[in-house]
Amino acid sequence: MAHTGRTAGRLGEGDWDGKVSEIKKKIKSILPGRSCDLLQDTSHLPPEHSDVVIVGGGVLGLSVAYWLKKLESRRGAIRVLVVERDHTYSQASTGLSVGGICQQFSLPENIQLSLFSASFLRNINEYLAVVDAPPLDLRFSPSGYLLLASEKDAAAMESNVKVQRQVGAKISLMSPDQLRNKFPWINTEGVALASYGMEDEGWFDPWCLLQGLRRKVQSLGVLFCQGEVTRFVSSSQRMLTTDDKAVVLKRIHKVHVKMDCSLEYQPVECAIVVNAAGAWSAQIAALAGIGEGPPGTLQGTKLPVEPRKRYVYVWHCPQGPGLETPLVADTSGAYFRREGLGSNYLGGRSPTEQEEPDPANLEVDHDFFQDKVWPHLALRIPAFETLKVQSAWASYYDYNTFDQNGVVGPHPLVANMYFATGFSGHGLQQAPGVGRAVAEMILKGRFQTIDLSPFLFTRFYLGEKIQENNII
Amino acid sequence: MAAPWASLRLVAPMWNGRIRGIHRLGGAVAPEGNQKKKRTILQLLTNYFYDVEALRDYLLQREMYKVHEKNRFRDKEWIRPDKYGHFSQEFWNFCVVPVEAVDASDCDINYEGLDNLLLLKELQSLSLQRCSHVDDWCLSRLYPLADSLQELSLAGCPRVSERGLACLHHLRNLRRLDISDLPAVSNPGLTQILVEEMLPNCEVVGVDWAEGLKSGPEEQPQDTASPVPA
Repeated sequence: MAHTGRTAGRLGEGDWDGKVSEIKKKIKSILPGRSCDLLQDTSHLPPEHSDVVIVGGGVLGLSVAYWLKKLESRRGAIRVLVVERDHTYSQASTGLSVGGICQQFSLPENIQLSLFSASFLRNINEYLAVVDAPPLDLRFSPSGYLLLASEKDAAAMESNVKVQRQVGAKISLMSPDQLRNKFPWINTEGVALASYGMEDEGWFDPWCLLQGLRRKVQSLGVLFCQGEVTRFVSSSQRMLTTDDKAVVLKRIHKVHVKMDCSLEYQPVECAIVVNAAGAWSAQIAALAGIGEGPPGTLQGTKLPVEPRKRYVYVWHCPQGPGLETPLVADTSGAYFRREGLGSNYLGGRSPTEQEEPDPANLEVDHDFFQDKVWPHLALRIPAFETLKVQSAWASYYDYNTFDQNGVVGPHPLVANMYFATGFSGHGLQQAPGVGRAVAEMILKGRFQTIDLSPFLFTRFYLGEKIQENNII
Repeated sequence: MAAPWASLRLVAPMWNGRIRGIHRLGGAVAPEGNQKKKRTILQLLTNYFYDVEALRDYLLQREMYKVHEKNRFRDKEWIRPDKYGHFSQEFWNFCVVPVEAVDASDCDINYEGLDNLLLLKELQSLSLQRCSHVDDWCLSRLYPLADSLQELSLAGCPRVSERGLACLHHLRNLRRLDISDLPAVSNPGLTQILVEEMLPNCEVVGVDWAEGLKSGPEEQPQDTASPVPA
């Protein structure tokens, strides 16, 4: 007789048989002469039912949880469970991020998301206020981003700035002379144009945002669970499209959450699963069967998000640029910003495709700084010829190999899996906007405030790239 | 209850103008000389009735978006609000005269309220002393005043930190900057030095460089020079 609710087809009968045997077992255990092991301590396990299960407790997952609770039609309407594998966030991209926010993108949707995030951070103590808890201090530095462009990129930068201004960002364009005037410590050799964000750009403390979201979301009634998602139990149905082609639609019914350091797992029955697992989103998608099919078909389209390792180095340079320094992104891709009052700076550079380090661990390669980062920094900022590296760390980008932009919204075939991942290094600064968009999609069925339809999963199958050019 | 009333003292004349209705309901209509008695009756009412407290909070919120300013126009003296917080009718005659100085001390101006100040293209002097809602985000909005602003005072603003002071470098015509008594700045002495380096033409006032430094051990050279006799 079938024991659990595992089905591949019709739901009714298999479930009922399982339930009958459970009831029989329970009755037998109450009868005298048997040990009563009805009541077992399951307080460490997640609940058996939840409306939405969010896989991944980083800033994107928590943002989706927050907006689901904010936008629900009546208080307590949606039960949300956030499953996070590592409560120390030791490898999560959020805590290890440089924490920058800027509006200097080429896509209008990205600019809108960043603008909304800036206003969210500005009013964070109204959004994330919890009774009797102290207000959050994000330590935001509104110093702006300064992007430098060489001759060949100058035209693209100008058209990008035009789009940014249309959407509402305050960006100013500077010639090399103006640049030297404003920031005398820059060597403008090879720079044809620079764009400088005047407002709503800078950097903040991502850990504070994460803790603030966690605190608020727990106060709103979202449940947290430390565990790993190991299996999705789903059912499929064969349907015909309007032009009579057979399509297999899947629906996830249960999420198996395995407890930390044990084999115990809890099947959580759910209606919707949100994949916000960051650098490991592809594994979660593969568990749901996304990408299992002949290549070139919709079933065979995998989620093209993979972890990419990025290094950040901290150095000390007493003669370096002063308090007014924005986050400077050089023509070579190297970037840096000030950290604190004591002439410390941090920065790095995105490696080229050939230089990509192995993402198996988070070990830092110090030679990368010597060979690939320092020469470019010293060329651009002569004061950086004498610097001393204090420390470094590595973190993952949830890198979208298709077009380096996020994936948002439901999967066309696995009808109840929603994505909020793949932001390739700007997930933190777009998290509030993306969380709201996914919550709107789940609750209302469409995007209401910012239209992120170009970011849906179907573009991977249709081959429609929305390339973002300004990736740092 | 003492603290909120302390901040309301500036606007007390305005209050009595608006809430005369409430006092009639309370039956305590007294001539203006009797202000102290009016306050205690309202306080009593506020302590007992949530509605009165809510109404008072609502009216205070409305005031937060207005600017109780003292303005100085070109070649004219300061224009101040009178006892009731109203400006005289002559004010309207000066619509076309550019505003040179704005004193918004102790005012509840916030990020959105700065919209009004940024329109003043010939503003030379701005005082935001002890404004409790002016924070780092607000300072990043001041760059449109770069051409004209010569004097800026941020003394006593509880939310301004060194990160907000960093965006003042756009104000290249600034000649006098007052950054005294900023509790959110982590290292005032070092911040003073860095701000002075950032704005070379500006006189930065308010913090002593030696603040926070401990005086070194001056007794030691004497010890090594003349050892204590046995």
